This record gives sequence, C-alpha cells and structure tokens, in this order.
Amino acid sequence: MRSQLVLRVIAKLLIPFMLLFALYVQFHGDFGPGGGFQAGVITAAAVILYGLIYGLPAARRLVPDRFVESMIACGVLLYGGVGVAGMLLGGNFLDYFVLAADPVHGQHLGILLVELGVLITVAGVMLKIFYVFAGRGRDPGGA
Amino acid sequence: MISAQLPILQVVLPLLAAPLIVLFRHPGLAWLVAAAVSWCSFAIAVALFFAVPAGGAFDYALGSWAAPWGIAYRIDSASAYVLVLVSLIASVVVTYARSSIAAEVDRDSHYLFYAMFVLCLGGLLGIAATNDAFNLFVFLEISSLSSYVLIAIGRRRRALHAAFQYLIMGTMGATFYVIGVGLLYLMTGTLNMADMAERLAGVSETRPVLSALAFITVGLSLKIALFPLHFWLPNAYAAAPSVVSAFLAGTATKVSVYVLMRFLFSVFGVRLSLDALHLFDLLVGLSIAATVAASLIALFQDDLKRMLAYSSVAQVGYITLGIALNNADGLTAAVIHLFNHGITKVALFMLVGGIVLRMGTTRFSDMAGLARRMPFTAFGFVVAGLSLIGVPASAGFVTKWYLVMAALERAHWWLAALVVATSLISALYVWRFVEMAYLREPAGDARRAEAPLALLVPAWIMVLACTYFGLETSYSLTGAQEAAAALARGFR
Repeated sequence: MRSQLVLRVIAKLLIPFMLLFALYVQFHGDFGPGGGFQAGVITAAAVILYGLIYGLPAARRLVPDRFVESMIACGVLLYGGVGVAGMLLGGNFLDYFVLAADPVHGQHLGILLVELGVLITVAGVMLKIFYVFAGRGRDPGGA
Repeated sequence: MISAQLPILQVVLPLLAAPLIVLFRHPGLAWLVAAAVSWCSFAIAVALFFAVPAGGAFDYALGSWAAPWGIAYRIDSASAYVLVLVSLIASVVVTYARSSIAAEVDRDSHYLFYAMFVLCLGGLLGIAATNDAFNLFVFLEISSLSSYVLIAIGRRRRALHAAFQYLIMGTMGATFYVIGVGLLYLMTGTLNMADMAERLAGVSETRPVLSALAFITVGLSLKIALFPLHFWLPNAYAAAPSVVSAFLAGTATKVSVYVLMRFLFSVFGVRLSLDALHLFDLLVGLSIAATVAASLIALFQDDLKRMLAYSSVAQVGYITLGIALNNADGLTAAVIHLFNHGITKVALFMLVGGIVLRMGTTRFSDMAGLARRMPFTAFGFVVAGLSLIGVPASAGFVTKWYLVMAALERAHWWLAALVVATSLISALYVWRFVEMAYLREPAGDARRAEAPLALLVPAWIMVLACTYFGLETSYSLTGAQEAAAALARGFR
C-alpha cells in the first residue's frame, strides 16, 4: 500500500486515538460498559490496523513476536499474582478486600489490576492470531 | 494457615506455572518448572487425601465470597482420591517426559509442550476440586483445549487430523454439558453444586431438569468415550506423542468419569438419575457393548497404541458398569478402577514410548522378537498386561472382584459371567503381544537395544505399582470405599 497516501496519513492520525479509547474503555469499565477484554481487543486492533496499512513486517518490528508471547504470559501472571497477593495478605485467593486498608478501595484496586491483566493477555492473543494467520505461507515452518 | 489454602494451591500452582514456562522459554528450565510443580501438586494432593475427614469435606471460598454466591471449592474423599490419581500420574509422566519429548517433539516447541502440560494438569485438578458447575465447565475447557494442543504437537501429520477430530467431539461434549448446566441454573437459580442438589429436590421431575440430566449425561459420555461415542479416542491416543498418550489415558477420561458420577449421584441423586429414568438398563447395555465390542476391535488392531486405546474404551465400560450397578461394591469398583486402570494404562503407554524411541514404530508386525531386543520393556508390558486382564495379585483383579461381587449382590449372574468372559478377550490381545515379542524370531537386527533408564525407571515404577496395588490395597481400596460413600452421600 505504498501509494495510498490518504490511508497512510489517516491511519497514523487514528492509531493514537484508538489506543487512548482502549484505555478509556479499560478504566471506565468500573462504571460503564467496558473492561479488560474489550480494551484488549481495541489495543490489538490499533496494531492490526498499522499492520494492514504499513505491512506485516512493519507491525512485527513495532510489536515483535517474542514480545507478544510475553504479553500473553504476563497478563495471566498479573491476574494470578493479584490472587496470590490476596493470599499473602491473609485472605483467600482472589480476595480483594485485603488489598487495601479500606475494603471498598481494595475491591477497586483488585478489579483494576485483574482487568489490566485481561487487557494485556487479550491484546497479546489477538495479535498472535493475526500474526499467525497473516504470516501463513510467508514464515518458514509456518509458525 | 497454609493448610487452609491447600485446596486452591492445588489448582493455582500448575495454572500459574504455565505462563512462567512461556516466559522462560528455555527447554531445560521449562521441564524443571513443570516437574517441580507436578511433584508439589502430588504432595498437596496426598496431604489433602489424608487430611479429609471421613464423611467431611474442606470448603474454600474464592475471593472470600460465601458459598452459594461466590465460587466455592470442596474437597471431599471422592475429589481427594481423583486429585491424588491425577497428580501422581502427572508427576511420573513428567519425569519420563524429558527424554521422550526430546525424541518426539521439535526442540523449539518444548517450552510450549510443558506449558500446555501444566495447564492441562491445572484444568484436570480444578475439575476435581471445584464445587461450582460453571467453574467446572471452564476447567473442562482448559484441560480439553490444552490436550488438543498436546496431541497435535508431535511431528506426525495425522496427529493434526486426530486432534481436530477430538476438538470437534470434545467441544460437542462440553457444549452439551453447559446446556445442561444452563437448564439447571434456570430451574434452581444457583451454580453451586451443593446448593443445586438441595434445590433440585423440589423440582426434580420437571422437563427442564430431565433434559438437563440427558444433556449432561450425553455430554460427559462423549468426554469419557463411552462406547458409541468413543470414535475420537483411538485416533487421538495413537497419533499423540507417547508422553501425551500416557498422560491423557490415565487422567482425562478418568476425571470426566468423576464428573459424571458427581452429577448422577450427588447432584441429581440416584432416585432421579438411575431409578426413575431407567438409566440402569441403558448404562448396563452400553457398558456391555463397550467391553465386548471394543475388546474385540482391540484384538484386531495392527498398531500397539491403537490396541491399547481400544482397550481403554473397553475398560471405561467396566467403570460405567460399576456406576450402573449402583450399590456400595459397584461404586467402589468404579472408583477404584479409575485408579487401577489409570496406573495400568499409563505403565503400558510409557513402555510403548520406549519402543517408539528404539524401534521407531508401533506396528504389531515389527514387534517380532522384541523380548530379545528390549527384555525389560517387554517383561514390563506383560506384567502391566496381566493387570489389564485382571489376573489375581494385580491391580486389575481388585476391580474385577468388586465388580463381580456387585453384580452378584444384584443377582445378575450373567453380568458376573460376562465380566469374566470379557477379561478373557483382553487376555487374548495381551497374549498376541507375548506371542510376537517372545515366541517369534527378530526380523532383522537382533542386538540388545533396551530403552534408556530415564524412560524405563518411571515406566517400571508404574508397572510395580500395578502389582503393589493388587497385593496391598489399604490405601487404594479404603480410599475408593470412602470416595464411593462420599459420592453416594452427596453434599450433606
């Protein structure tokens, strides 16, 4: 898509707003529709748009395969880590009440961190799926 | 304080090890983490097994939300028994995996293999630990999805086809299960299984509940590969890497059988599931069909792994027969056969893994003179084979004994005779191996080429376990009796 000047310029303009909107959906998930899954998909969509306009190799330079794989793992670890933190602070697994001095505040903190974990993993998985399908026939070995 | 957290650590440890392994990427480190986690799980399971009071249970509220509203775990004698079985098999198999995987899976995917392995382990343990019907579905999917990957991860191309077939059938099974749970939720307004069992008493004969029973029974029958729904199993076991065949043969179907028993006995209750609906006739019929037909099919297989896979289908028939007989001995036979058949099949598949490594084939005709080339492997196969048949002084015999007793208590002489008769068919297919391995001359190269110790030792531990648990049954049998009592008693 070297010649599509309009697309290239508009995409560059749009992508920062997409990422910002993803963060809005993430942090507003407490009070309105949204949450980690939706935010993760929007984050991945921003990178996928970049890949569609500027080509798969460019997207892979921006967000390398290794990084995507670590995203998938780190998100789950963050989620589980919050659960384990609840245990270490004297509660049960995934006990958010003990995360802060005030139980209500603890619930907020817990759900925020857990949803952040969901965002990271979902964005990673979406990108991985995109890379695997878009890279079919290009990568040696098919992976 | 830590002991109160054991029910959750049992599940969370392997689940969190999976992303860690993905981060590490290094194959050796991945194996080390997987092995450490598996053995820790086994230690936790054993601790729980001995700590569960007879007739009682450990309750654990996730996130400190009280039971009917939040997700609760509940470890009673039955779940503890399954936890020990699954984690024991995982620990022995993961010890064995290192050398076997090196030969059968590309080095680049080793870390993914171990990540999927611990994920599958976490899912299976979660199924046994949870007391929440929907949480159970999630764990069922975790373990199933990771086992599809495990089957497809080998180098053999037909593994992809087998894994896809398993995926279609497994997804249908899971869908049926979740439809059933949805209907139950509709009628009771709860997903907590103990709460559900209590509320079902008032609405038990309504159509949604009966449909739920049908959906859940059929869905789980797919998962346990009950006879006419078994088509995915032989392909999956035959095409998977040896380690995976061994692990899944000993755990995946066993855990699903546990879920089936949980629902039939503890949630729906015997009065509804077995008495009112004539499920007895159906289950007995299918069990007989499974043991006879699958044993006969196994007899004519040309591939060692396929033969063992069909024999697994037949053995599931014994378990469901025990469930259908629905008396203390029958249920004990079903539960103890989870254990006995689990260790037997794992031993056999692990030995076959050694044969694959040395001979590069599992074709029956290539086994000629195997006893001369791999004497310990061949002898181990015979010893474990005896347990498969159910010869006295082997683990399999204990099951058959209780099964025959249960049939006699119900005055079904023909059933008792049938159990003995089908054992003879399994004797025939084990004898086929003996004839090939011991009585034929090796076709070509006849030099000694025994499997490496790293494979032989874990496999022989399981082989010896087959004999040990045939002679000394204090743990396996009393555990099974308590588990059977816990299942029959339900959540009271």
